Amino acid sequence: MRIPVDPSDWLILIPEFILLGTAIAILMIDAFAKAASDRSSPWISLAGTAGAIVAAVFLWGNPLSGFGGMIVNDDFGVLVSTAILTGTALAVLISVDYVRREELPAGEYYALILLSTIGMLLMVSSANLIMIFLSLEVLSIALYVLTGFARMRPRSQEAGMKYFLLGSFSAAILVYGVALIYGATGTVDLQSIADELISPGVLGNPVLLAGAGLVLVGLGFKVAAVPFQMWTPDVYEGAPSTVAAFMSIGSKAAAFAALVRVLIFAMGGLRPEWLAAVWVIAALTMTVGNLVAIAQDNIKRMLAYSSIAHAGYILVAVAAANRLGLQSIPFYLIAYAFMNLGAWAVVTAVTRKGEEAVGLSDYSGLFWSHPVLAGSMGLFMFALAGIPPTAGFTAKIYVFMAAVAADMIGLLIIAIVTTIISAYFYLRVTVIMFMERPAEPPVVTVPTPLAVAIAVAAAGTIWLFLFPGVTQSFTDTVARLL
Amino acid sequence: MLVQYLPFLVLFIVAVAFAGGAMVLSRLLGPKRPSATKLEPYESGMVPIGGTRGRFPIRFYLVALLFILFDIEIIFLYPWAVIFLEAGAARVFLFFEILVFLGVITVGYVYIWRKGALDWE
Amino acid sequence: MIAELVIFIILGTVAVATGVAVILSKNPVHAVLFLVINFFSVAMFYLVLSAQFVAFLQILVYAGAIMVLFLFVVMLLNLTGAIESVQDKLPAQKWVGLALGIALLLEAGVVTAAGVFRQVPAAPPPSPNFGTSAPVGVKLFFDYLLPFEVTSVLLLIAIVGSIVLARRRTY
Repeated sequence: MRIPVDPSDWLILIPEFILLGTAIAILMIDAFAKAASDRSSPWISLAGTAGAIVAAVFLWGNPLSGFGGMIVNDDFGVLVSTAILTGTALAVLISVDYVRREELPAGEYYALILLSTIGMLLMVSSANLIMIFLSLEVLSIALYVLTGFARMRPRSQEAGMKYFLLGSFSAAILVYGVALIYGATGTVDLQSIADELISPGVLGNPVLLAGAGLVLVGLGFKVAAVPFQMWTPDVYEGAPSTVAAFMSIGSKAAAFAALVRVLIFAMGGLRPEWLAAVWVIAALTMTVGNLVAIAQDNIKRMLAYSSIAHAGYILVAVAAANRLGLQSIPFYLIAYAFMNLGAWAVVTAVTRKGEEAVGLSDYSGLFWSHPVLAGSMGLFMFALAGIPPTAGFTAKIYVFMAAVAADMIGLLIIAIVTTIISAYFYLRVTVIMFMERPAEPPVVTVPTPLAVAIAVAAAGTIWLFLFPGVTQSFTDTVARLL
Repeated sequence: MLVQYLPFLVLFIVAVAFAGGAMVLSRLLGPKRPSATKLEPYESGMVPIGGTRGRFPIRFYLVALLFILFDIEIIFLYPWAVIFLEAGAARVFLFFEILVFLGVITVGYVYIWRKGALDWE
Repeated sequence: MIAELVIFIILGTVAVATGVAVILSKNPVHAVLFLVINFFSVAMFYLVLSAQFVAFLQILVYAGAIMVLFLFVVMLLNLTGAIESVQDKLPAQKWVGLALGIALLLEAGVVTAAGVFRQVPAAPPPSPNFGTSAPVGVKLFFDYLLPFEVTSVLLLIAIVGSIVLARRRTY
């Protein structure tokens, strides 16, 4: 029996191993010294995440493949992993005081965040349908638990239950799709699937198309694409704000990476077939996400619909499936990690114990009592709307350019129109903060870790606008993969 | 290949026939003189109180949940044990492989132990 | 071939009938017991498909452990009176669901009748010990080493998650 592992295979997994070791350390400290764990676990997890980022960057530019092609390390994967780890680090920072305020069990909270991140990173580097499914489960099950983490709040429990039921269902659909793809091609390895697709008999096989469709549905659920988005507003509203922030980046980025690997790397030959489906889903996602967001009075629900809408823009890049599209996806995800987590950080600052003060009216006149906080929120809203000078603008421009290069003028028009519509509800938050003067100033606390997170997010949002080349040179190497 | 399972099928049919036959025969042949006391469910010789569908304490649920998780862990050991002896030179590899697997789960075990989830109180 | 067809028809009838009985039973304990029979017939399907190890897993884990958990939940909640009082807030969804279900069944029938699945390349006949624990073990511990190890992380998450969500107070 041949041992299928080279020492170099483990290199690819260094970020995951760092996170696993950190999570185990946190759990053990929590088991043996509860008091110490409550104080130290956020900082231990932050250190672990930082180590994982360093390891991921260290893997930059080393195309590796390990465990018989189960996982790969390529520049695309490293960039998306960076987006995820950035999201994790910022989510940990905004959790420090939140977890204490809501009296959540700290050790378990940070351990589950890190374990979920392991699933996300594995999903990004999976080059095998079995691995994609398994890492999807790792990241999702931890997120189901985290969603229902505030056990004293029925809303949180309800959200956890809903997310679990719908999530399991979508995972089952994904597995069914994997089974059909296996039936049609005789392999679950993405590279072998791509090789199989060269033969015309396989290409037109309806079983393969059905399998690809089901995988699209399963991953579409995770990225919150319309019409698989129903869970998003309820889950984001019910989940602890910090968890909603964490999953809005991580699970979306991981699922997009898997979607790119399955649709573009493995099934690029099938693009004429899947293009129509992705086109319609992208158009629906942008339209529904932005239109329904207008009607929201709850900031968490508004951000949920905003996250749906942003999935639509990234789907435009997936549909384009060209060099520019592949470059814009990691850039978009990194930019989104900064601007969206920044917005959630401000939400965490404004909400009080028990997830109160999440209405838009709670933001009225925030500028007059907390000018810096309101200013940052305004910046993040500008970024999410895609207004310069922010990374959100650059990211959208890249996506639009990809659409032009792929000759998808119809989708481009929808993207531009919905972007203009979205400016309405993003700017409304800004208007409420600056124009209205409240009878009594809102009670807002900004502890230091939260302030650091907001500062980092704001800096990242502007930095990526000023120097998109920083990631541009990176993303160039990504596109060479095509 | 399926033929290998023929003895199981025969055994299954015999078991079902024996159990079912015993019930049918005793119903057909046995004398029946029911009275109100005889028809009561037996509860250690006491007069039964209340319904049989009492509520269970929630601890049972946690125990069952943890049982399933460790049951799944054990199931992975089964094929491992079957191939281990024939693995030859790959034995060391197999040994460390299962050690990593068990190590991660043992972390969970130590965790639930220290959290007191195994105490019945 | 004929023997397999006969077995399939018997098992299929039992599986579908008990499946329907699970959702139609008013008494949740009966529903759970029908589910046990259903799991057993699915295990027999696996056996017919030469997935012998999986067949016994199905009996050990599903018919054994998971059914015990289901019974616990039924008894924990003790919903005898509550079930009738549940109000269906969307009465239309029952009929929409039925219509969609029939549409799916028809679609599956049409697709099968059109011979779509015959386009799938036929698998080579399995070796005599295919699907027993030894070949499964070789696949699992050599080719699928990484998924196997990732499973331990999944189990760790499940252990931590069940303690966090099911405990009664903070330990």
